[in-house]
Amino acid sequence: MSDATSATIARAPQPRARFRNATEETPLARAVLIALAVGGLLLLIFAPLAVVFAEALAEGWGAAVASLGNRDARSAIQLTLLITALAVPLNAAFGIAAAWLITKFDFRGKAFLITLIDLPFSVSPVVAGLCIILLFGANSLIGGWLVAHGLPIVFAIPGIVLATVFVTFPFVARELIPVMIEQGRAEEEAALTLGASGWRIFLTVTLPNIRWALLYGTLLCTARAMGEFGAVAVVSGKIRGQTATMPITIEMLYNEYLSVAAFSMAALLTAFALLTLLLKTMLEIRHADQLAATRRH
Amino acid sequence: MHIDIDEIAKDFATSTALHPVSLAIPSGALVALLGPSGSGKTTLLRILAGLEFPSSGRVLLNGQDATGLSVQDRRAGFVFQSYALFRHMTVFDNIAYGLRARPRASRPPKAEIDRRVTRLLDLIQLPQIAARYPSQLSGGQRQRVALARALAIEPRMLLLDEPFGALDAKVRKELRQGLRDIHDETGLTTVFVTHDQDEAMELADLVVVMSMGRVEQIGRPTDIRSRPATDFVRDFVNS
Repeated sequence: MSDATSATIARAPQPRARFRNATEETPLARAVLIALAVGGLLLLIFAPLAVVFAEALAEGWGAAVASLGNRDARSAIQLTLLITALAVPLNAAFGIAAAWLITKFDFRGKAFLITLIDLPFSVSPVVAGLCIILLFGANSLIGGWLVAHGLPIVFAIPGIVLATVFVTFPFVARELIPVMIEQGRAEEEAALTLGASGWRIFLTVTLPNIRWALLYGTLLCTARAMGEFGAVAVVSGKIRGQTATMPITIEMLYNEYLSVAAFSMAALLTAFALLTLLLKTMLEIRHADQLAATRRH
Repeated sequence: MHIDIDEIAKDFATSTALHPVSLAIPSGALVALLGPSGSGKTTLLRILAGLEFPSSGRVLLNGQDATGLSVQDRRAGFVFQSYALFRHMTVFDNIAYGLRARPRASRPPKAEIDRRVTRLLDLIQLPQIAARYPSQLSGGQRQRVALARALAIEPRMLLLDEPFGALDAKVRKELRQGLRDIHDETGLTTVFVTHDQDEAMELADLVVVMSMGRVEQIGRPTDIRSRPATDFVRDFVNS
């Protein structure tokens, strides 16, 4: 074979299909799969969001804003923000404590405790709400005493906080436990041998290592706390202007055929949720180097 | 500081890690705990550090009973198998951690901390890496930073768990000499755990051969090579 022909062979373009990766699909399969994914995303996620905002603005910005400005609507918004502001820090603290206990210590009944933490995910929120009424209602032992002393739980803010804390309990702990298991105890042990106290170790070693997981967990918890309906519906008594949160108010308005008011409130609630997501994304972009540095170890 | 291990035993829930073990480590010695995995050598090292408590027996440091002493109060410089460097801190902050963690009364001023960290970075021959993060270091560099961090607290003894385990053969040889030099320079009583008999024989003044939670033989490397006390030692040393 002459040099000229071998050079031609070397330069001849190879059919592309032969070099397809073993894990890659045919162009047709790829197109179908992408279409399915995009279609599903549009139909299940994007369309509902678009509809909520479209319905809210059906009679223009003025009507939407006005519906949010009345006394009951403002009360619902304030109540939801208050409940979230109370429930999320509580669950962040509980979640850290639970994850710390489960991942840094060995004890009997650990598996049971993990199951217990997951319980709110499997129990229907309505059932959770009923349990709170049974425990703290005016007819119960504890509830009766508390009402007599001017501290009603059920049909009042403490009950709503309790219900929200119960329903959102697993979010932070669930996010932290796998991260803390993966990181092990070695860094804490190292800090111990270097003479650090338990509290100092928590602040300077444990907390910085879990801060991203803690942030994700807290944001998920926030979104869920703002949107909780079932358990709150049972314990709140749905008193307009007093114990009606945003989701409860949306339902009541919708049932009264006040479509613009219902969807305006729904749009605002959605906007809150989107805001938490935006916050998370911004933090991720801003601390991208740190994220990469800490995850590559 | 001399260390006496007096009939130390350790039971875990389902197994016995150490049968009563006794061992006297003279001040300033470089000692290897040598044995296959599961021989109880790491458990013994962790008991010395106070990271694990014995089921029975006593640990004496300079003749004083230290069995109930907390990890923090033992002041043992500990190098972990995977180094356990604080991944979110720079090398400088890692080394300074122990000094900064001291109670205010005994904490050195900032300038003194800076000076000591710089001196330790010189000692481990890595003066340029203070601002880097652990993830940006090679395995050998990480090991040396872990050593510097342990030395920073002015420990009473130095304990190392498989200090060369995660390194490739060439780096391992270099760092062996590095550890010997640092030991000779600081004069610290040093105990390290290894499953590598060459490493133990080459580096240590005194080798403790362990198997199944028992001490098989204690002696100088040459004695263990020439006069193995049990069949296990003969097999293990000749393998």
